Amino acid sequence: MATAAAAQDTDRGTDHGTTARQGVFDAAVAADERIEPRDWMPDAYRATLVRQIAQHAHSEIIGMQPEANWISRAPSLRRKAILMAKVQDEAGHGLYLYSAAETLGVSRDELLDKLHTGRQKYSSIFNYPTLTWADVGAIGWLVDGAAITNQVPLCRCSYGPYARAMVRICKEESFHQRQGYELLLALSRGTPEQHAMAQDAVDRWWWPSLMMFGPPDDASQHSAQSMAWKIKRHSNDELRQRFVDICVPQAESLGLTLPDPDLRWNEERGHYDFGPIDWTEFREVLKGNGPCNEQRLDQRRRAHEEGAWVREAAAAYAGKHSGTSETGATRA
Amino acid sequence: MTATVTATAALALGDDALVLSHRLGQWAGHTPVLEEEVALANIALDLLGQARVLLSMAGDEDELAYLREERAFRNVQLVEQPNGDFAHTIARQLYFSAYQHLLYDRLAEGGGPFAPLAAKAVKEVAYHRDHAEQWTLRLGDGTDVSHERMQRACTALWRYTGELFQPVEGLDADWPALEAAWLERVGEVLRRATLTVPEGPRSGAWTAGAGRQGLHTEPFGRMLAEMQHLHRSHPGASW
Repeated sequence: MATAAAAQDTDRGTDHGTTARQGVFDAAVAADERIEPRDWMPDAYRATLVRQIAQHAHSEIIGMQPEANWISRAPSLRRKAILMAKVQDEAGHGLYLYSAAETLGVSRDELLDKLHTGRQKYSSIFNYPTLTWADVGAIGWLVDGAAITNQVPLCRCSYGPYARAMVRICKEESFHQRQGYELLLALSRGTPEQHAMAQDAVDRWWWPSLMMFGPPDDASQHSAQSMAWKIKRHSNDELRQRFVDICVPQAESLGLTLPDPDLRWNEERGHYDFGPIDWTEFREVLKGNGPCNEQRLDQRRRAHEEGAWVREAAAAYAGKHSGTSETGATRA
Repeated sequence: MTATVTATAALALGDDALVLSHRLGQWAGHTPVLEEEVALANIALDLLGQARVLLSMAGDEDELAYLREERAFRNVQLVEQPNGDFAHTIARQLYFSAYQHLLYDRLAEGGGPFAPLAAKAVKEVAYHRDHAEQWTLRLGDGTDVSHERMQRACTALWRYTGELFQPVEGLDADWPALEAAWLERVGEVLRRATLTVPEGPRSGAWTAGAGRQGLHTEPFGRMLAEMQHLHRSHPGASW
């Protein structure tokens, strides 16, 4: 990615020109204007965005797996329809995001290859297994809730295509989050077994959800620069705190508890205090040692490899029939 | 037409849609290209929507989906066939959507109890059919490998297509005419896709109407076991 960006920069001019363009870029960012694909941008800004948008796209695609794991076992037809629609939306989000990344001069194939070879990451949360039906609800409520808290500020991100993708994505994510909450509520108010299933799921997903905001501010390597470029608008710890403050009353109305003995309202701060996060676990999951890292990547690689002949067929067919209408339907 | 006859017919159509939707749902996270995640899920959702309307005409949708045994399901055997490779899934979809489109078109015109559902669903099914036809062309007329796989899939599933045209009581259709139209449409697509129209039997002692009588193929029981397990583990619970 950096190579493509650097080549483009060399083509476009001298160091002197770069300095002038840097000034225009800085002024646009300072004025909260949107940077668009044809605008000049610093190589490092381009590289950071490619990394972040690609990771975001990969997360949507890998994130389909833990939920798709329950499509064939959904306990009612209504829930099954909701879950299928949600997983379909995630594929759609992945497609928007790959398109946004492509405006920066990389291709989807290139990014997928980086995902498959472990050179680009996806959200650590999807390396946890979905062990019961209630996990589908916990993912909707907590994981999508954390994603929304992270992503709503991205609707004002300085890079236009990313910001616009996030507006569409956040609308759908909020809908999923409400559905997840409603699923847990039905379980919580159901039979004792269903209630226990819901509590167990929340117990397992709470801490991993808090880890979704990334490392603490003093250990976050990209934060300061991203905030200066207005890619990020709030620090990891700020967003994490905001999420905890939102979740505590929601858990109460669900009739479920959060698995943190240190969780209590702090009158002085006007926020909930919460217990320490296990950053060792977080680092291990990021390194590839979480419960499902291998399984998730394997499935993704297998789908891609086993689908190669299909993609080759589509390309060969398009090659033979270029110049005529692409679809069979219109030629009929 | 009595309510029972309508319910029986609703069950046949509803089970077709339910079972095929379930099979397509198994592709989630496994498709060859991301666009197909969206497309196959979309088709599965349309079919599930149809199934819910139809099963509700016959009784309680969840009771019918989750608490019937294999022998009580009335779907055709074609839709319960495992996904196989992408060509296999596309061949199944081609055969079924061509049939479903012709039938729903007829039911929509007929003004009977299924007309409202059919009028809405026929538009969805037209999209399913186009999707399957386009992929049949791409795979059949793509590479040597894809041609061979598509041919194998079309041939393997051919024997399940005769059952589609066994008359179902309560459905007002000219079945031989539907079958002729189906053969013409599917034959034309296969030929354009450079594929050979299979020659094997399309009905026989076992396959003729067997699914509609509750006689299914072996993979179906396993599919139901997975689909029904959670619901059956919590009797009387609501979700």
